[in-house]
Amino acid sequence: MSNRRDFMGIALGGFTALAGGLPALYAMKRSWDPLPSVKAAGFTEVDLSTIPENELITEKWRGKPIFILKKSADMPQDPRDVVAGGARYHVSIGLCTHLGCIPAYFPGEKKFKCACHGGEFDASGKNTFGPPPKPLVIPPFKVDGNKIVLGEAGPEYLEMQKSGIA
Amino acid sequence: MAHFEKASSITEWLDQRLAITTVKKVMALEYWIPKNINFLWAMGMVLAFTFALLTISGIFLLMYYQPNVDTAFDSVNYTIMSEVGFGWLWRHIHGVAASVVFLIIYIHMFTGIYYGSYKKGREMIWLSGMLLFVVFSAEAFSGYMLPWGQMSYWAGMVITNLFEGFSPDIAGGIMNAPGLVEWIRGDYVPGQAFLSRFFMLHVLLLPLVIIGLIGLHFAALRIPHVNNQDGEEFDYHEAAKLYKEGKTKESKVIPFQPVFLSKDVFVLGVYLIFFFYLVFYHFNFAMDPVNFDPADGLKTPAHIYPEWYFLWSYEILRPFPKDPGLIAFGFAQVAFFLLPFLDKSDTVAPANRRGLFKYWFWIMIVDMIVLTVMGKLPPQGIWNHIGLVAAVVFIALFVSLPWVTKNENRA
Amino acid sequence: MKNELKILGVVVIFTAILYWGVEPFAHTQMHKHVDGEHFAYSDLNESTKKGNVENGKTLVMGAGACTGCHGIQAVAHKAPMDAATAVSAYGVNPPDLSTAGGLYSEKFLANLIENPAHALKVEHKFDAAKGKMHPMPAFYGAGGDKAQEIADMVAFLKSIAPKEISPKNAYLDACGRCHANRYGKLDQLGETPTFKSETDTLKHKVAVLEYQDKLKAYMGKLPPDLSIIIRARSEHFLETFVENPQSQLEGTSMPRVGLSAEGFEKVKAYLTQTGDPSKTAREAIGPWVLLFTLVFTVLAYLWKKSMWKDH
Repeated sequence: MSNRRDFMGIALGGFTALAGGLPALYAMKRSWDPLPSVKAAGFTEVDLSTIPENELITEKWRGKPIFILKKSADMPQDPRDVVAGGARYHVSIGLCTHLGCIPAYFPGEKKFKCACHGGEFDASGKNTFGPPPKPLVIPPFKVDGNKIVLGEAGPEYLEMQKSGIA
Repeated sequence: MAHFEKASSITEWLDQRLAITTVKKVMALEYWIPKNINFLWAMGMVLAFTFALLTISGIFLLMYYQPNVDTAFDSVNYTIMSEVGFGWLWRHIHGVAASVVFLIIYIHMFTGIYYGSYKKGREMIWLSGMLLFVVFSAEAFSGYMLPWGQMSYWAGMVITNLFEGFSPDIAGGIMNAPGLVEWIRGDYVPGQAFLSRFFMLHVLLLPLVIIGLIGLHFAALRIPHVNNQDGEEFDYHEAAKLYKEGKTKESKVIPFQPVFLSKDVFVLGVYLIFFFYLVFYHFNFAMDPVNFDPADGLKTPAHIYPEWYFLWSYEILRPFPKDPGLIAFGFAQVAFFLLPFLDKSDTVAPANRRGLFKYWFWIMIVDMIVLTVMGKLPPQGIWNHIGLVAAVVFIALFVSLPWVTKNENRA
Repeated sequence: MKNELKILGVVVIFTAILYWGVEPFAHTQMHKHVDGEHFAYSDLNESTKKGNVENGKTLVMGAGACTGCHGIQAVAHKAPMDAATAVSAYGVNPPDLSTAGGLYSEKFLANLIENPAHALKVEHKFDAAKGKMHPMPAFYGAGGDKAQEIADMVAFLKSIAPKEISPKNAYLDACGRCHANRYGKLDQLGETPTFKSETDTLKHKVAVLEYQDKLKAYMGKLPPDLSIIIRARSEHFLETFVENPQSQLEGTSMPRVGLSAEGFEKVKAYLTQTGDPSKTAREAIGPWVLLFTLVFTVLAYLWKKSMWKDH
């Protein structure tokens, strides 16, 4: 009796797993998702008009530091620059692309240096020395006059994405 | 170190190390259950499954619940109910299961009493079951504190106040415990310390104890075996031998897996229809509306009553003055524990086939229901009198049980 | 089988009696029974006059009339005071009248204009004979037929009310000046804004607290937050309470709201949105889960039958 697998037992087990187990797993997966309030808080608006040149401003967006650096006229132009209100800015997620430490900005050398493993980036966020494998990451942004909205993908960001910069 | 042959299959490899074939045999395929049973024998499985539902839903609630007096209420009623994907489902399952689990516990208990499954070798099954009942009660009470609504707060206030003990002038004050209430609460009133420690009890200590006791409860079944509808004693070895010889019709036993299990699962199915109907369409009985008002230490709700499963013992406390009330309440808590020792009859049989016990059983059931209903009604007028009579009847029932059952042995 | 059904019957009957005793029966004993009248306001005077919108407009917008205290955004009339000043002056912030004609019962509005304390059922608090005047003065007539003038004013209010009032706006206008709803992100000053700087957040909080203090002084206590009132009270309670607060809670300082039946449905819809947001999902998923348990039970029964065949 017990060694012959019975049809009804298999049917019951199969039905329970498919019609009960899978939906239950889906519900559990949804319960792990980030909350709507967390997602909704994923937009940050920054006013760029008051930012001084060559001085690093750090904003917080989705819990991460965002570097905003207004470039002075003598600093080289770069396709990674964000242009807003006639001025050029470097905007990036302020986490070293090596292992995620926050690099510091040295205005004299116009360089970002990471204290953790000595990685360096230039004022456009491009990796110039050490272990970082790629430039600082540019977050989704939208230029809105003299303001920038982080978390929203504007046309300039989509353009950068297309050319592989962001 | 034992010698191991090279295994030719995963099953064999595991078998060498864990003896899974033997375990399966002992625990399932050759765990013999009497055949002469009805659906009430499936309540144990229904309880185990409900406990599993409580654990799973509880895990998801635990991920978002905040045990803090300022945020607990909103973490439950806002974050879990409107932000977390399916959070409302976990909460409704948890709330309804917490209430329904007691209905099943009571059915399970009264089944045991009716069929005399608590004596003649089955005392440990009964005692471990009663311990489970007590710890489940504590688990339910501590969980009820967590949403930190009006009913949480005031239930916490009233129940912990019971530990004040007797009046200081009784027996020279030795039964009075000054400071005990504050010690339990960690505060003068239920506050942050109280909420944190009841949270700990609810999600850690008590569940651990429950899991341990469930193990003990199952283990206690092995030697005296499961009772049957007629209380019949028979030779399990003989019956098992018959079954294994293929004489399944003649044998008085069935294996736990798959035969007993198939009936359990069917009963479980019927139960789940009822259970999920409650979860989706009829949950207010288990999620008291008053507890959707945030805790307010300066305002007692107009009516305050425990959840329905505590009402009978609450009603045994309520109609008396404080000190006798506490004694009666204490008696109610231990009365069921004493059952195997109060029942002096040697007969294991359904109550209806026993002498006076037959009446005793049904009076007890009706009295429990009367107590439960009176416990919820406002303590006024006629309800108070009915409550008092029912409480006295309850005490009289258990005090008289030895005499009620003694006569059976003569016949 | 027959035996099992008999046992099931006994279990079900005892469970049903128990349930009836602790739920439906106990609740009839615990709560006062109040019959609703579905927002008919039969205690108020009936008017047969047909209103004239143009004349009503002159009366409502006239000097020293309604607009002396109330704003009417619908006709671009700003309230003469901001919420904070108004609450200091009157104890409560007078509502904007734009939606009044759409939310409240016509009968109630007419009676409110004529005798506010009476229509609002707060005469126990504001007794003119004892010199306690309701902050909204009664309308004594503009010289003509008073009943006709009141009908004109009501007709005007009805004419400016938007065709569609959202549940949220219904709530804001009918309840929101006294009751916060934190799950709907509303405080007594309206939508609770989010600020980047903590100073601004605290400034707003202080403004709300100051408003609440004034309200407390006026009402006797702070009216409760209504975020999940829909689950804390029965539907019947909410309906009869809104219809006539005194019927459920004698002596309460909460005025009669005066909502029409449709207006109440809107408010209820908003309260359900904030207090029972899972209702839609629950109702959508419920039948599927029950169908699952049903099929599960049928399959389990067939399995059991096949297993017990030889026993």
